[in-house]
Amino acid sequence: MNRWVRAAVAALAVAWLIAIGTAMQAAVPPAAEDHQAPQRLSETGLYAAGRPGVIDPANRAFAPQYPLWSDGAAKTRWIYLPPGTAIDASDNADWAFPVGTRFWKEFSFNGKKVETRFIWHASADRWIFATYLWTEGERDALLAPGEGVPGAVEIALGKRHDIPGSNDCKACHGAKRPGPLGFNALQLSTDRDPNAIHGEPLAPGMITLATLVSERLLSPAVPELVNNPPRIHASSPRTRAVLGYFASNCGTCHNRSGETTFDGPSLKHSDLSDGDKVAADLLGFATTWQVPGQPDGASRMLSITAPDASAMLVRMQSRRPSSQMPPLGTTLRDDAAIDAITKWIAMDLSKR
Amino acid sequence: MKRNSLATFLMVLSIAAFSGALLRAVAPGTESAGAAAQQKTRVERGAHLVRTMGCNDCHTPWKMGPKGPEPDMSRSLTGHPSDFILPPPPPPSGPWIGHTAATNTAFAGPWGVSFTANLTPDPETGLGKWTEEMFIATMRTGRHQGKGRPVLPPMPVQILAALDDEDIKSVFAYLQSLPPVKNRVPAPIDPTEEKR
Repeated sequence: MNRWVRAAVAALAVAWLIAIGTAMQAAVPPAAEDHQAPQRLSETGLYAAGRPGVIDPANRAFAPQYPLWSDGAAKTRWIYLPPGTAIDASDNADWAFPVGTRFWKEFSFNGKKVETRFIWHASADRWIFATYLWTEGERDALLAPGEGVPGAVEIALGKRHDIPGSNDCKACHGAKRPGPLGFNALQLSTDRDPNAIHGEPLAPGMITLATLVSERLLSPAVPELVNNPPRIHASSPRTRAVLGYFASNCGTCHNRSGETTFDGPSLKHSDLSDGDKVAADLLGFATTWQVPGQPDGASRMLSITAPDASAMLVRMQSRRPSSQMPPLGTTLRDDAAIDAITKWIAMDLSKR
Repeated sequence: MKRNSLATFLMVLSIAAFSGALLRAVAPGTESAGAAAQQKTRVERGAHLVRTMGCNDCHTPWKMGPKGPEPDMSRSLTGHPSDFILPPPPPPSGPWIGHTAATNTAFAGPWGVSFTANLTPDPETGLGKWTEEMFIATMRTGRHQGKGRPVLPPMPVQILAALDDEDIKSVFAYLQSLPPVKNRVPAPIDPTEEKR
């Protein structure tokens, strides 16, 4: 047989095999997995076996430098990474966590545990979000119903804290790239902001970027995260602190992910390194949400000519469902943040 | 004989290869035509759903017709008219806790005052910048774009959440096929007293 004919036959045979293989691959559905959130917090792996209330040493505590406002709750957080795994940090804006990763966040009001939220990367394409409501005596916490528990506990006179439903979990933790929100390079930076609003001190043993790099828990290793830790660079400490607050309280939705129609300056943690530029972009940005009393089209995110009419401030001050920002997760407005942002507009932005 | 078999084998392979190549050449066009057909089907299905689910009841301003109030289809699905400025609603009285504007596009109740949205694809005042994912997320969660403020009464999001994804996509495809109409609907007005 002519060698060209043999080559043609061989090529056709290979093409044929590839075509059949591709068709078969498409026909086989992925294996279904049926993970469910456990009924009790004690069954999630948070506590050491046989030692109720004692955190399993495999679960590492951490404290983001810019905490999310949660009605003033005291919060404690832990992460579990399966042994031998690492966080995929190839996209520093969106870390990808290995299957088996778990996060917990415990909420206490007035020294009393109220709820613990649980995020579990159960399989390659599935994250499970659950909330556990603490029982009297704090012996264990029980899985909250999917619709949440409105007004679960009184946190101030006439004000009650809501336990979020599963839809609310997904609203914040994302549909496109689900996962944790407060565990990223900026939040774990060793260049910690001393003026962070509601900033929490780092306790001994808490995970930081330095820990992640030294223990090879990031892949690739990204040593520059230690040598040149992420920071919001700004000409004033207040700008840095306020933008950090925006990163955790606003940036989850107000970014360029395409999950909402927001087209203003991105407030995502990874987009804030040039703090002065972000502040300048925010100033005067027209909002589609119209500030009450302002002429149509005149509403701005931040205004130095009419600070009280800044849409950001107006919505942060509101705790009414149709206008409050963030739109869910809080019953009480964050007066400390409102005060800090008011001063920022008056003392920093107005001098620009 | 051996030579004939080889020739036959090569001929069959050639025909198969030619057919494959032909199919591949035609396939993109077929896919494109398929997508267009699916979109057309979705728009038609969406139009049917919008008609039968009563979207026009609230998202199209009503006018007084010869037989009484009726949707003004010249303003189909454009939401509460921006030039129809309303005074504050009357206070609730006894068991009557809600009020409706004459256009049936503004509603007052314990949630405050809600105005029906402009569903046409105008980029600034309607759904022009929305994606299919945002629309599905809104219907599924009862929150604006799945993340924002709650969608307010009387929008029956609890019922619409039961639609399957294909139906919601069809409704969205139909709404996006409408001519865009600029009409900035007012933001909801909060109730006077905080709920809690």
